[in-house]
Amino acid sequence: MKIIACIKQVPDTETQIKVAPDGTSIAQDDIKWIMNPYDEYGVEEALQLKEKFGGEVTVVGLGPKRVTESLRTALAMGADKAVLVTDDALEGSDALAVSKALGAAIKDLEYDLIFTGQRGVDDDQGLVGASLAETLGIPHLAVITKLEVAEDGASVKASRPVEGQTVVLETPLPAIVTAQKGLNEPRYASLPGIMKAKKKPLEEKSLADLGLDASEFGTAGRKLKVIELTPPPERKPGQIVDGESPEEKAANVAKLLHEEAKVI
Amino acid sequence: MAQGVMVIAEQRDGDIRKISYELVSEGRRLADALGQGLTAVLLGAGTKDKAAELGQYGADKVIAADDERLATYTADAYVPVISEIVKANDPAVLLLGASSLGKDLSARLSARLGVGMAQDCVSFAVEDGKLIAVRPIYAGKAYAKVSFSDDSMPQMATARPNVMAINEPDAGKSADVEDAGVNLDDSALKTKVAEVIKDESGKVDLTEADKIVSGGRGMKGPEGFQVLEDLAAAIGGSVGASRSAVDAGWRPHTDQVGQTGKVVSPNLYIACGISGAIQHLAGMSTSKVIVAINKDPDAPIFQKADYGVVDDLFKVVPPLTEELKKVQG
Repeated sequence: MKIIACIKQVPDTETQIKVAPDGTSIAQDDIKWIMNPYDEYGVEEALQLKEKFGGEVTVVGLGPKRVTESLRTALAMGADKAVLVTDDALEGSDALAVSKALGAAIKDLEYDLIFTGQRGVDDDQGLVGASLAETLGIPHLAVITKLEVAEDGASVKASRPVEGQTVVLETPLPAIVTAQKGLNEPRYASLPGIMKAKKKPLEEKSLADLGLDASEFGTAGRKLKVIELTPPPERKPGQIVDGESPEEKAANVAKLLHEEAKVI
Repeated sequence: MAQGVMVIAEQRDGDIRKISYELVSEGRRLADALGQGLTAVLLGAGTKDKAAELGQYGADKVIAADDERLATYTADAYVPVISEIVKANDPAVLLLGASSLGKDLSARLSARLGVGMAQDCVSFAVEDGKLIAVRPIYAGKAYAKVSFSDDSMPQMATARPNVMAINEPDAGKSADVEDAGVNLDDSALKTKVAEVIKDESGKVDLTEADKIVSGGRGMKGPEGFQVLEDLAAAIGGSVGASRSAVDAGWRPHTDQVGQTGKVVSPNLYIACGISGAIQHLAGMSTSKVIVAINKDPDAPIFQKADYGVVDDLFKVVPPLTEELKKVQG
């Protein structure tokens, strides 16, 4: 099987997020960059399928040069080759632009299955998987927790949790699957894996290399524009409910929920 | 020129889902702000007559697409049908719900239409005739106010469930139901629904629950959750869990509330033995009323709670259950 896994970098989730002075972006100093956690499930699933069916895993990243580090991690986990789509003009691109660039890098590759994470934990939009599928003209299955490739390799069955039920979808390959937590447990790169990764091919592609017009990308090319970033809204200050005993506190809470908050 | 607000209602098994009423209500407010009309769209099989009800919540017009192939959602079927309806009606604003269906549909539909999309918005406004949306980013550590480029029409967004107020239905109001012809090319329907596996019967999904009682590391083990199940049963709520409790194997992942779990927005969220890490808050910060019960007075959850009790939850929750039964009469 020929499998592609798309990745990006995001700030580590412990990072304190601060609005930059320009008010429309996040301050970038002190950020520890990691592979988007949902993308890791995609890389792992690709590797498990390669182990089962044979074939090759190519990991495709998009972003500044630092994304190379996460691509090397994926290579160290066991991917065979990496492609980094990188260009200053890509900075600030929205999902449509990212999908256009990824699509251009991928369209001439051979693939049966493409993985992305179900969303990026930075923008929480969850658009690129479906958008890339649209660009490539193939089906997409989103937020997948279980995947089965048919014996003949021509289709997949995928489980997608929705409200109150799990929907099992079936689609012919090639297709895009966006990975959800629970799909698998991503492996750690081993030391031999890390050493081997240094020699695996990692190609860089600029927008020009992909035959794309830089003016359609970046902040200026965005269809969804950020007007302002603010810290989260403050809730009204709350109160500590007192009482002489836990029972009395409980009674006071019940009274407040009934009479003041009116939610019970 | 693009005109009017269009909302995509949802049905499952022939019943209109609550998010639809939220969308029509919010759509009405935005349409009024724009001085334009509101159209509600419903896709399904045999659901055309139910669709008329959306007029009672404020829709001026309802478009129903009725076809066997639309009974259960697939992007392959819904995207082309809605694209045609959008092209025929040229709305300025297109809203969907940020439910599982809405998030999936909006992602593919916005790509099909080549427009920007704002996912999981918590508020909308109109400024200078354009849609403004506010949505959390970085798991709610920041909020983004967004708008659309002039050539991005319709302006598309999804609304977080349980946040937008539902209008009082007016039985006197009705909307004309237009039958949208369904032109679906079977060869384009590649994805099939092979099976639908229902979760534990009777359980309301957390993202749709009106009241949630949630437990964290302070529950000390799976047995600890019994007192939360009792409290939830007493108030007609559902039981959720923090990541700690799920990672420890005490509760299933489907119960997890938080950044890597579910985002919930109930009227009442009671957090027991939960410290309130930012990743947990990401999943429940738009709850209307938050109660926190924790032994640790320094637990960050108390910064967000409307009512906090600093005490042993095992001593507070059982009497709270009894007291709440009493006030409900």
